[in-house]
Amino acid sequence: MPFDVLVLTCLAYVAFLFLVAFVVERRASRGEMRFLRSPLVYTLSLSIYCTAWTFYGAVGSAARTGLEFLTIYLGPTLVFVGWWWVLRKLLRIGRRQRVTSIADLISSRYGKSNLLGVLVTVIAVVAATPYIALQLQSVTLSFSVFAQSSPEAWAMPDRDATAIWVAAGLALFTILFGTRNLDAKEQHHGIVMAIAVEAVVKLMALLAVGIFVVWGLGGGPVAMISRIESYSDPNWAIQPGRWGGLIFLSAAAVISLPRMFQVLVVENVEEGHLARASWAFPTYLFLISLFILPIAVIGLERMPAGANPDMMVLTLPLHEGQGGLALLAFLGGFSSATSMVIVETIALATMVSNHILMPAWLWLRPQAAHSGDLRGAILLARRLSIIGVLALGLEYFRLSGGSAALAAIGQIAFVGMAQVLPALLGGIFWRGGTKLGAMLGLSIGFATWGFTLFLPSFGAGAVISADVLQHGLFDLPWLRPHALFGTEGMDPLNHAIFWSLALNIAGYAAGSLLSFPDPVERIQGAAFVNAFDDELQAERLGWTHGQAEPEALMNMAQRILGDEAAISFFEAEARAQGKAGFLPDLTPRFLAGLERNLAGSVGAATAHAMISQLFGRATVTVEDLMAVANETAQIMEYSARLEEKQSELSRTARQLREVNEKLTQLSVQKDAFLSQISHELRTPMTSIRAFSEILAEGDLPSPRVAEYGQIIHAEAKRLTRLLDDLLDLSVLENGAVQLDLGLSQLGQIVDRALAAASQTRPERNFDIQRDYTSEEIFLRTDADRLVQVFINLISNARKYCDASDPVLRIAVRQKGGRVVVDFIDNGAGIAKDAQGLIFEKFARLTDDARAGGAGLGLAICREIMANLGGTVSYLPGQRGAAFRVSVPLRMEKSD
Amino acid sequence: MRGPRAPLFLARAVYRQRRLRDAARLLPLVGFFLLMLPLMWSDAAGAGRTAVYVFGVWALLIGLAAYVAPGLAQPEADAQPEDA
Repeated sequence: MPFDVLVLTCLAYVAFLFLVAFVVERRASRGEMRFLRSPLVYTLSLSIYCTAWTFYGAVGSAARTGLEFLTIYLGPTLVFVGWWWVLRKLLRIGRRQRVTSIADLISSRYGKSNLLGVLVTVIAVVAATPYIALQLQSVTLSFSVFAQSSPEAWAMPDRDATAIWVAAGLALFTILFGTRNLDAKEQHHGIVMAIAVEAVVKLMALLAVGIFVVWGLGGGPVAMISRIESYSDPNWAIQPGRWGGLIFLSAAAVISLPRMFQVLVVENVEEGHLARASWAFPTYLFLISLFILPIAVIGLERMPAGANPDMMVLTLPLHEGQGGLALLAFLGGFSSATSMVIVETIALATMVSNHILMPAWLWLRPQAAHSGDLRGAILLARRLSIIGVLALGLEYFRLSGGSAALAAIGQIAFVGMAQVLPALLGGIFWRGGTKLGAMLGLSIGFATWGFTLFLPSFGAGAVISADVLQHGLFDLPWLRPHALFGTEGMDPLNHAIFWSLALNIAGYAAGSLLSFPDPVERIQGAAFVNAFDDELQAERLGWTHGQAEPEALMNMAQRILGDEAAISFFEAEARAQGKAGFLPDLTPRFLAGLERNLAGSVGAATAHAMISQLFGRATVTVEDLMAVANETAQIMEYSARLEEKQSELSRTARQLREVNEKLTQLSVQKDAFLSQISHELRTPMTSIRAFSEILAEGDLPSPRVAEYGQIIHAEAKRLTRLLDDLLDLSVLENGAVQLDLGLSQLGQIVDRALAAASQTRPERNFDIQRDYTSEEIFLRTDADRLVQVFINLISNARKYCDASDPVLRIAVRQKGGRVVVDFIDNGAGIAKDAQGLIFEKFARLTDDARAGGAGLGLAICREIMANLGGTVSYLPGQRGAAFRVSVPLRMEKSD
Repeated sequence: MRGPRAPLFLARAVYRQRRLRDAARLLPLVGFFLLMLPLMWSDAAGAGRTAVYVFGVWALLIGLAAYVAPGLAQPEADAQPEDA
């Protein structure tokens, strides 16, 4: 095939990609994103995992080591089929925190530390440079394959010149579509679509070659399998260590490779696409690897002995005279290489500009945050980074001479990037991970990787001298690059994976466990680990008030986000705060939102630093936060004390109120008592005074005198009795009564009481019912007082029982340590509502003063019983008035 | 810090989804186990048969993932604690 046709086809293909990217960008800017948002495009863009390393290198790897090449695709398959929830968490965090790259994610997680960002960026650049060189190499090689086969027309320019042309073209494409705008989300729709198209092309190309090989040359699948089966090569035996190690390595790489992170997280438009990709992406990998082995076997059979197996995808069709198929294969390889370089370059350039160039520029020119066209500066930094990254790759390619087998370079890059994994996974699943731990783990892992794998890969004597390789660093045998600590039996790759990750994880864990994270780290840690917890996400670290004016912020935001985007963001925020116009108040919430938005363009650490600069000294330092925290703690303690005091005061107030109420009640009672007393005393006094006045007038017939004298005497007696009762009551109430305890029989007490009470209304014939045997109880009590109570109850019955044949039943029972005596008559009883009153002083149910009592009788009874350790109560429901007296069998002296 | 305590027992649908998620999490382990099997085979098994086996396992994993994935696409239990 003529070489110029090849170049023209290539240019046409590139032009087509330009067109696709251009059209998509145009449509995206008009908001027509329907097709772009499909999970299919997302899955296809993930195929960026399959680079020229896959397209050409897999066949080479298969030709050399048999099935081992499969491990590179089995690892990602395992991650995607079951553990995409890890990826989903990354996606959620990426969206929430406006993460722009893997370096940004790690820097943001560990307290927006730019130093970490720089570290990850350096690792990524160092690890990716050989990888980019590899792509350039494969494109150059594929050109040279065609050049060899076509001696006529254009001569193939020399190898380096081709690589330079390819690199320049890629740089142009990347700059055109990768830095067209500064999007808050750092998404490049045009590029994603171009990559999706390239993904289809490379899959089609490989499938076409594979189908041609299997059906055209191999005689169908069954024959093909037996052909593979019969092919014997000692190198083809699966090495268990490498098999497992490489599956693990590729599983780690699919998460941590910068370009994978770019398409997986940054360019993702919808989380749900991941569910589809969980099986669609493994399917893509499946199809890509399906025909690798047949191509390798047929190639080994048919091609001349010295042929480079890495180019078999291309050389085999050429060898068989299938020029068209070879051209398709060439385009496939070209697609794999270019798409990888474009995305990797964008990812790396974002990191380099956000974590190295911009911070350095802001550091050199602090006033730049206030003035000048930042937007232009960022874009320039981005473009310079793209050119720088590609130049690095090119330089590596020129230096290394493109000799190493493709597979080895890819594996080295994988191990390098896998160093990010502990800090990454630790950061999203473990809140205990700290900046120091991440720093320690990353740098130790990176150094170990460099020492055991990367530097030796340049060959003995290039960077690491043969002497060191042989005898170890400083002649220490346990520091040999391929046998650290005496582990000699391991394959160099496995050895590097094992030691770099083991030391990395150890460093990360130790650093995290031993250090204390600063507040920003802790807040970010919580936000990352609990990415699915919406409530927690709402409370994020904010800015305290500083001196920045909203205008200044708006000015800065415009220079980074672009006029329209900044103005609409400010307007929306102002509206959310309920303000008209474009300048919202500088609430912490608004500032946090602004910082996140800026972070989408320039990375978290830079955005943080820029807002800090605008805020002058009002930036949130750790000390500030600690001071705020201390102040808050003090205020909280103070308010807790206040609260305690307040509750104590209100308790006292309540007590006072209760006491006051009681006093008021007592005062009312006292007033009522006094008025009762005076009333009770006045009645007899009035009659005594009246009758004594009449007597004093003289000239009365003597029977009258005797009668009046009698009345005066009776009234005086009543007065005395009343005063006696009052005195008695007051003594009883004060508990100052002297009890005369002794043993007495209950029957005798009742006898005495009945005898005494018979004085009351002696004319009435009362039937007393007693059970003498039950009264055979000896009580230890004050018998006289008990008699007094009984007399009262019995005479009450005599007085008030209104039955025509009055009966009083006295029932005695023993209950526990107490004796219960019931006095039940057959009268009308006491009305229900009066039952509560009868034991009160001066309570008389009938308004009958002639009943003789002052209404103190039952009150006295109650007090006596209380003094005797017993009770007296009204017993309802006995078809008459019934009183129950309950006394302890053995009364003890209380004091 | 967690809000109201998550219920101890779940509705049937949610329960199914959780178990589906468990199954998905197990899938890589199953895959890894199956992919390690060829290492134990004797050398008599050539590359052809091993390749067929590996691709078979691969297809099985893809099929299972495709079966499980739609049920996990809804973000039901996102805010829930890891276990239940």
